[in-house]
Amino acid sequence: MTSVLIAALVLAMMAFAYRQGYSRSRVLAGQSRLHSRPQYHGALLALWAVVPFLLILALWGLTSGQAQEWYLASLMPSDIAAGSDYASAAARLRNIASGFGVAGDMADWERTAGESLGRFNTILKLSAVALGALLGIAGLVMARARLSARLRARNHVEAAIKALLIFCSIVAILTTLGIVISLVTETVRFFTYVSPIDFFFGTVWNPGYSTTSNEASGSYGMLPLLLGTVMISGIAMLVALPIGLMSAIWLTQYAKPRVRNMIKPVIEVLAGIPTIVYGFFALVTVGPALSGLGDVIGLSINATSALTAGIVMGIMIIPFISSLSDDIIRQVPRTMRDGSLGLGATKSETIRMVIVPAALPGIVGAILLAVSRAIGETMIVVLAAGNAPILRFNPAEPTSTFTVTIVTALTGDADFASPQSLVAFALGLTLFVITLMLNIGALVIVRKYREQYE
Amino acid sequence: MNATSEPRPMATSHRIVPSAPASAGERASRISARDVTVHYGPKQAIFDVSIDVPERSVTAFIGPSGCGKSTFLRCFNRMNDTIEGCRVGGTITIDGEDIYDPSLDVVELRARVGMVFQKPNPFPKSIYDNIAYGPRIHGLVKSKAETDALVESSLKKAGLWKEVSDRLDAPGTGLSGGQQQRLCIARTIATGPEVILMDEPCSALDPIATAIVEDLIHELKEQYTIIIVTHSMQQAARVSQKTAFFHLGKLIEYGDTEQIFVNPRDKQTEAYITGRIG
Repeated sequence: MTSVLIAALVLAMMAFAYRQGYSRSRVLAGQSRLHSRPQYHGALLALWAVVPFLLILALWGLTSGQAQEWYLASLMPSDIAAGSDYASAAARLRNIASGFGVAGDMADWERTAGESLGRFNTILKLSAVALGALLGIAGLVMARARLSARLRARNHVEAAIKALLIFCSIVAILTTLGIVISLVTETVRFFTYVSPIDFFFGTVWNPGYSTTSNEASGSYGMLPLLLGTVMISGIAMLVALPIGLMSAIWLTQYAKPRVRNMIKPVIEVLAGIPTIVYGFFALVTVGPALSGLGDVIGLSINATSALTAGIVMGIMIIPFISSLSDDIIRQVPRTMRDGSLGLGATKSETIRMVIVPAALPGIVGAILLAVSRAIGETMIVVLAAGNAPILRFNPAEPTSTFTVTIVTALTGDADFASPQSLVAFALGLTLFVITLMLNIGALVIVRKYREQYE
Repeated sequence: MNATSEPRPMATSHRIVPSAPASAGERASRISARDVTVHYGPKQAIFDVSIDVPERSVTAFIGPSGCGKSTFLRCFNRMNDTIEGCRVGGTITIDGEDIYDPSLDVVELRARVGMVFQKPNPFPKSIYDNIAYGPRIHGLVKSKAETDALVESSLKKAGLWKEVSDRLDAPGTGLSGGQQQRLCIARTIATGPEVILMDEPCSALDPIATAIVEDLIHELKEQYTIIIVTHSMQQAARVSQKTAFFHLGKLIEYGDTEQIFVNPRDKQTEAYITGRIG
């Protein structure tokens, strides 16, 4: 029986239960006034039928792997079950059982064991479905017997919907929590190889990638990466901030509505371009152009450098700043603007001295959000920054960032248990903490700003 | 100014109050509107309104909602310019000077014709900076001492000095609604206007704050020409010397306040006064 069939069965039960509740409550409605509309009676019955079914299926999904494991051990000759080949033997048996097939000839015991494992799996699945369906029907029958005109079906269904919503939020929270926990544990593992002091305050980044050794060979000082990250984000903000803010001011204060409705989507299209395309653009167009410009004015600018990556990242962030500031400036009450104009201030005086100061907290929040995006950005820097984790302050030279180094650490064929790979988690955690701080700061500022006009 | 050019009317009549008008209570007109029309896009909001507003007195514009009284008020400092798609026709002169003359600087006009809005709209700055804002942008003050003096005198004229003199650095938005509105009046006074336009200045205030602002209007008319738009007929009767009744974008009747309220000539005015329109 395939998953599609099981899903169809569940849906059919749901439809049947709904129909039952709906028509039964219509009959009840003939006798006295219903508390809830028939739809709610139907939905309540559908819930009673489907929820037990789904719970049993979930239970089966969670435990079948473990059950299979127990059964597997009993199928194998005792020498293999206890030996070091257990894992590969188990994998072979599973493949035989599922009909996937295995390389090489099957031993007789393997064939019979595989077949009985397949039977075991089928029985397990069928019994789970049968049990689920049975419980579902039991729930349906029980709930149908309880249907009455005064039954508060609407309240029960509302409670069930609330429970579903809470469940979804919990899934989201637990996922985040799980990611953080895995980051932290892996980071702790990394720090068993390299001391945190060397990591946080070291000025040399040279992990000496070797695939053979699990020992920490080389230096893991993150300061060059921090400098590269800060430098590129800083250049990006220098590009994005004036352009984004001023375009927002023009859009909100000067542009005619018709023009604004045309320009705004165009600016926002910039935000929809995949970052890999920006990276490509940086590598192929901006880098060589900057390098050529450097030749003209007598500066040596590398084609892949902090400058290239920063400028292109700044272009990427423009719509972010522009559209956030646009919303914030628009929230400044019109009466404030009129007050200033009514005193004889010019448009630009009004913007400079009343509108922007009034919107400033919100704009700062937008800037912090933009910075946290810049810091986490990967593709542009991978392609355009040159990947040279060296501590130097010249933006015209290649550099490297946290994100680039994480990519380098996890691609390639290093063992995932080696410090060379584990360092990615430590870098990721550091990056996470930095952006988290920026986001919290931005949220606090934006919230404070919101209260101002309420 | 070019010596051969004719002396501008403004220069002669400026600070002079005509001492012997034709009849008692009548004064020379400062503001004069002729055949003013206003369109919002294709929709006409004001139809050929002509009116003469006397100097140093309070003139009230009354009428039901949407009758165009606020729109007409905003013609006098050209605030309608800031609204997309709004066109003003006809002529409006202040001291004989056409304020819609292309060569006229709207910034200067708005310094001469101040405006107080329906909702108190102090800037999110300190009380001090709220007052000093106008004088600073117009370059009226040169030193800290001058600014201090102007802030103090403006707040005193607006009757707010006693309440805020010890906290000039506090944000203007932290004051009560009535205090905020008086702060906005003080802010307007600080730029040294000749005319003050008030667009329903008390509609967001409680009765006590309203009474205080009305008393203030009484005092201010000694120095300024005031035009006030109001929803409240009682307020118009209390504070104004002249009243203009607007309906559907047209000026229906204009005269001395007492005459309008006691003995309206027009049927529509009477209907509004007695509560049958609006």
